[in-house]
Amino acid sequence: MDLSYTPEQQAFRAEVRAWLEAHVPAEPLEHFDATREGFEAHREWERTLKSGDWGMVTWPKEYGGRGLDLIEWLIFEEEYYRAGAPGRVNQNGIFLLGPTLIEFGTPEQKQRFLPPMASGEEIWAQAWSEPQAGSDLAGVRATAVRDGDDYVLNGHKIWSSRAVFADWAFGLFREPGSERHKGMSLIFFPLDAPGVTVNAIRKINGHVGFAEIFLEDVRVPAFNRLGDEGQGWHICMATAGFERGLMLRSPARYQVAAAALAGLWQDHKQDADPVLEADVVRAFMNADAYALSIYQTASRLMAGAKIGPEASTNKIFWSELDIHLHQTALSILGPEAELVVQPGEHDWLDDYIFALAGPIYAGSNEIQRNIIAERMLGLPR
Amino acid sequence: MDFTLSDEQQMFAETARTLLGDTCTPDHWRKMMERGDNTDPERWAAIVENGFTLVLLPEKAGGMGLGELDFALIAEEAGYVALPEPLIESAGVAVPMLAALAPEHALLADPEATIAVAHPLNPVVADADRAAAILLERDGHAFLARADQARLTPVETIDPLRRLFRVEWDADNAEDLGLADWDLALDRAALFAAAQGLGLAQRAVDMAVEYAKERQQFGKPIGSYQAVKHHLASAQVAIEFARPVVRAAAAEIGHRDVQARSRVSHAKIAALEAADKATRASIQVHGAMGYSWEVDAHLFLKRTLALTQSWGTPAFHRARIAARLFTQPAGPDQTFARETHAAAATREIIHA
Repeated sequence: MDLSYTPEQQAFRAEVRAWLEAHVPAEPLEHFDATREGFEAHREWERTLKSGDWGMVTWPKEYGGRGLDLIEWLIFEEEYYRAGAPGRVNQNGIFLLGPTLIEFGTPEQKQRFLPPMASGEEIWAQAWSEPQAGSDLAGVRATAVRDGDDYVLNGHKIWSSRAVFADWAFGLFREPGSERHKGMSLIFFPLDAPGVTVNAIRKINGHVGFAEIFLEDVRVPAFNRLGDEGQGWHICMATAGFERGLMLRSPARYQVAAAALAGLWQDHKQDADPVLEADVVRAFMNADAYALSIYQTASRLMAGAKIGPEASTNKIFWSELDIHLHQTALSILGPEAELVVQPGEHDWLDDYIFALAGPIYAGSNEIQRNIIAERMLGLPR
Repeated sequence: MDFTLSDEQQMFAETARTLLGDTCTPDHWRKMMERGDNTDPERWAAIVENGFTLVLLPEKAGGMGLGELDFALIAEEAGYVALPEPLIESAGVAVPMLAALAPEHALLADPEATIAVAHPLNPVVADADRAAAILLERDGHAFLARADQARLTPVETIDPLRRLFRVEWDADNAEDLGLADWDLALDRAALFAAAQGLGLAQRAVDMAVEYAKERQQFGKPIGSYQAVKHHLASAQVAIEFARPVVRAAAAEIGHRDVQARSRVSHAKIAALEAADKATRASIQVHGAMGYSWEVDAHLFLKRTLALTQSWGTPAFHRARIAARLFTQPAGPDQTFARETHAAAATREIIHA
């Protein structure tokens, strides 16, 4: 065990920091879920990132990455959040589909889909959930019927983040007549393809952050299927492993918020309830514990291990720490907490509302606890 | 940057797990409790034979000269079996302290001997009567006294495998070893209490899992019900996010800066909270059985209670984390940062 950075890692941090200082927009961009303008401003930022080769540093060079390891990725993320850089509008693509494509895709698929993903030319949404298939994802009913070199897609997808403005979606479909975990395939479709209708759904923060998608005889080439026919469930679970385990929520996100919370406390402690200091310290501990855990996981993966059901523990931990952290901030703000326009850099109220989604998306925390109990602890189903 | 244990460390942990698992079984606990005792000469001989009492003794003093991370792995396994002997406080805290003060001391030559330690933060001393000597504090100095040079009053504890004493003593009747590093002793003790907490927690979860697989109600194993699953899953989450903190604290303890102390304190709070959550969940999952003396879950709850409040209360340790958070930079680039010389100097001035 060696918990210090090598000179190369320190130099890499300095390089990332210098580039971000020169390029991060001075004014925050409008939220990518709020308006088309906000979305396109974030796409522009993705292009800027790509111009510095920062689109997705862990990917192989030939697909638009830098071929860096997971520790370097963590350093990049730390600097990214420290710099207050814009949110990643293509997070479903680069953090979830990207690693899955690298693991399961053919060379031709990687060449076709990864570079435009890394550059923001193509922004992705996830189309897995359906009105009757939420936590019970194996209940998916949308179908893919093979027709020559094409698939014909039909069905109703819902709760697709970014789908209102995104370009592509990766969806879960089944062969008609197949049941549960069998007969499913992961298939990509353009969100502007004939037969696709996207309806925005407003979130509790008022943004049109997610959408429902209707597919009526949407025709896509069989090239758009990732992995073998019928292998969809297996691939989805691998994606979910990345999602819950490592990539979806960088520790840096919470460490920035915990540091800001410490500042908020210093500014308000004259008037605030002294008991809240313990919660401020707790938020710092939680963010630090999450970071240490991810460093541990990254080291293990680099030594050849595979991510397992412990991914579910991560998802529970970050989603709960996020709510606790922001609730503490609102308690410090007291009667100011409900005001939509808040002084200072941090929008504690908006981030609190966003945090409330954490225990729901990417597999509800109830399902994650079932996974831990059954697959880590070995309790019966 | 590498957050993995070495192959040697993994083997070391495996050895400790096997040895302690074989020699400190539920059967052993019951026999010790029947005898009203907390030692087993055969087990202690095996512990000594494997070198576990020599881990933190420097090589030139005849020890293994290993580090706190190595010993923390033993402490975790000691927690897993609720080890009654004072291995952790003696070999983990007292021995390296004495070795730093008096590397040639005759006591260090006997790997079977235990040394008790009376830290100013603790009102009581574990296993003081059987220790070859007791390390005592006055004005920052460490003194060494044999049990018969001090007045020991046994005090009963809720933990049936722990034996505690109040110790009164006179400096005239003890060996003055000079100014000692009581802060380092506390850091080591808190770190190893945290490591034991991980073991206590994991054992409590494992016991409950076994029971929940067997015990049937409404025609199904109770472990198939989500309400039961979620108790245990939540406890496991707490363990998973305490373990890396304990490991990092062990790896960084030698830096002796405000960050290192904060991490030890974080480890102690997080691991013993995980143990609290796990032991209480374990009793709950065992139902009325869990509230009976017969089921061993209570041993883990009681040890957790003892370790939570000794070697610095949660409030004491929270204050050390606050000192780090409010005097040093925080943020994502600061996870492994060290205290700058300027910051340390400022702190010394304020402290003085």
